[in-house]
Amino acid sequence: MRTYNATHLNQLESESIFVLRETAAQFERPCLLFSGGKDSIVMAHLAAKAFAPAKTPFHFLHVDTGHNFPETIEFRDRFVEKRGAQLVVGLVQDSIERGTVEEETGPDASRNGLQSVTLLESIEREGFDACLGGGRRDEEKARAKERFFSHRDAFGQWDPKNQRPELWNLFNGRMAPGENFRIFPLSNWTEMDIWQYARLEEIDLPSLYFAHEREVVERNGSLLAVSEFVVPREGENPAKETVRFRTIGDATCTGAVRSNASSLDEVIQEVAASRITERGSRTDDRRSEAAMEDRKKQGYF
Amino acid sequence: MTEDKNYLEMDLLRFTTAGSVDDGKSTLVGRLFYDTKSIFEDQLEAIERSSKQHGDENVNLALLTDGLRAEREQGITIDVAYRYFATPKRKFIIADTPGHIQYTRNMVTGASTANLALILVDARKGVIEQTKRHAFIADLLGIKHVAVCINKMDLVDYGQDPYDKVLKEFGDFASRLDNVTELTFIPISALKGDNVVERSEHMPWYKGSSLLYHLETVYVGSDANHVDARFPVQWVIRPHSDEHHDFRGFAGRVAGGVFKPGDEVTVLPSGFSTRIKKIFMAEKELEKAYNPLSVTVTLEDEIDVSRGDMLVKPNNQPKVDQNLDAMLCWFSSSKKLVAGSKYLLRHTTKDVQAIVTEVLYKVDVNTLHKVEDDHEFGMNDIGRVTLRVSQPLFFDTYRRNRNTGSFILVDSFTNETLAAGMMR
Repeated sequence: MRTYNATHLNQLESESIFVLRETAAQFERPCLLFSGGKDSIVMAHLAAKAFAPAKTPFHFLHVDTGHNFPETIEFRDRFVEKRGAQLVVGLVQDSIERGTVEEETGPDASRNGLQSVTLLESIEREGFDACLGGGRRDEEKARAKERFFSHRDAFGQWDPKNQRPELWNLFNGRMAPGENFRIFPLSNWTEMDIWQYARLEEIDLPSLYFAHEREVVERNGSLLAVSEFVVPREGENPAKETVRFRTIGDATCTGAVRSNASSLDEVIQEVAASRITERGSRTDDRRSEAAMEDRKKQGYF
Repeated sequence: MTEDKNYLEMDLLRFTTAGSVDDGKSTLVGRLFYDTKSIFEDQLEAIERSSKQHGDENVNLALLTDGLRAEREQGITIDVAYRYFATPKRKFIIADTPGHIQYTRNMVTGASTANLALILVDARKGVIEQTKRHAFIADLLGIKHVAVCINKMDLVDYGQDPYDKVLKEFGDFASRLDNVTELTFIPISALKGDNVVERSEHMPWYKGSSLLYHLETVYVGSDANHVDARFPVQWVIRPHSDEHHDFRGFAGRVAGGVFKPGDEVTVLPSGFSTRIKKIFMAEKELEKAYNPLSVTVTLEDEIDVSRGDMLVKPNNQPKVDQNLDAMLCWFSSSKKLVAGSKYLLRHTTKDVQAIVTEVLYKVDVNTLHKVEDDHEFGMNDIGRVTLRVSQPLFFDTYRRNRNTGSFILVDSFTNETLAAGMMR
């Protein structure tokens, strides 16, 4: 019975590879959004498989808030060098200095939302016509409505009520000059699929994803890592704890979880038993019920 | 194989649900998620908060699937939502679509990739127009497995009569469904959980399995076409590196049949024949490739092959024609079908120009009758048309192969996806 039966990971892998190849075929200058997080690492791994033994035909683009975990940047640079890929970095700091965005003020200020502007500026500067993103539909309710090929108008805006129907494996990447596409090859993957696939393919991931000791502080229900960007406030009690991260983003809004999982097998077991979604520790999604939808409409990935 | 590694053997079931709010569709999806522990605490908290804000006393599980601001404000589902859950046996992808007639295009979209359609019937109301519409669309889109859930059994005292009535009513028109090979009826209460995950003690007269057990075990392995070998070339891999100087690989996703190294293949449209040298998944050599695997194929002889071409077996070739006969579903809200105007047609990895030459008939999706005197074709209309394309296409009937029998029409001015078609 199994002879012509592909497992769920085989099927997801083949679907993503199909989408990556379709992106290369339908666009002139596509780029791959690479943050050094697990989803973008898996996407880059799939891209390498899709075009092997040739090089991956995409530039890598990192939109950098400047508020990074040093481990992420080290990992990013090593990863890109190993693949001989072209890395383009768009700095939020540059956008601030240019005056195209203004830094948020207030105690919970974050640069997360500012990334949209820097992304759009990078797209325009580099002339990218499509950006591959590691977004998954299981992450968040607005993302559940995303297409694989997501059309953006000349302002980078997503119009969720007027999306192109997407049937079978037939993707329509046609657009007018100045418009743009966001493409999500991992649309049908869940967090669990990502971990299982990383285990199966022995994909190297940043050490932040595994249990380690770190000074953390509890704020608004999240466990934030103490760093130059997150300074303990009065009344807060920073403490050394054994933690790991389920998602890696801007250091000011990515929460850690208490965990002893130090290998992929242990992480898989832990995720299976978890009662909280991975984005549950992201303060950026909790700003309002439609926080993600609103950011996406403005050009967020 | 140790128990915690069983994910290496798990397979995948894609199913579509269609229904209106009243059917209890969202409650059923919520129940499946809740009972398989696929709802997380922070999600539950978020929808509890939101339910209160919208003035609901109970936790409204529909808020879990209705993700857009406009959907929550209006309490309706606008677009297809994709949802995921898994049991130790299978991973499930649900295409959750609104069932109202004006959303026919969403039902069609959701059904296009599904193996199974889950149709909800209110035990008190029995089979209604909407039930037939859902079944018709599932069948049209080539879904072979239909599970009819007779819901709200708790409101009819778990009696067998309402269930039998649905069986009879559904059976009366099921003979008109061409593609459906497996029809299953399950009496449930989504609200109370009867026969959803566990078999209910309230209905001893029902001898079948629970819905989840059915979803976990329904055999879909033979749904894909493993007979007619079809490989649409998607991308040509030429590394230009010293190490792989002469490598020319043809990348694509097997659309049907099985390919093995050594197989004789014919390239369409050129008609040249050669043999498959090797089949790769990245660096790994494979002994065989079949749908839905994405692979890279190398050939024994150096012949001209590019994107849009198709590798087939010499003794089993697809139809090659410039005149097409197809069922068409129209999606666009801004434009109607105009016979004689040019559209862009995408089929497998090939783009051609197309003209709709004739509208043969439309289908009234409520009565399932053919309408032959009304040829105006607008949003949500389904019907049979003929087309002529600028270059011959290599295709099979949709019923024989979903991948080589499907196409979309794109507006060459606005680039909008206008319609979806299925070859007859």
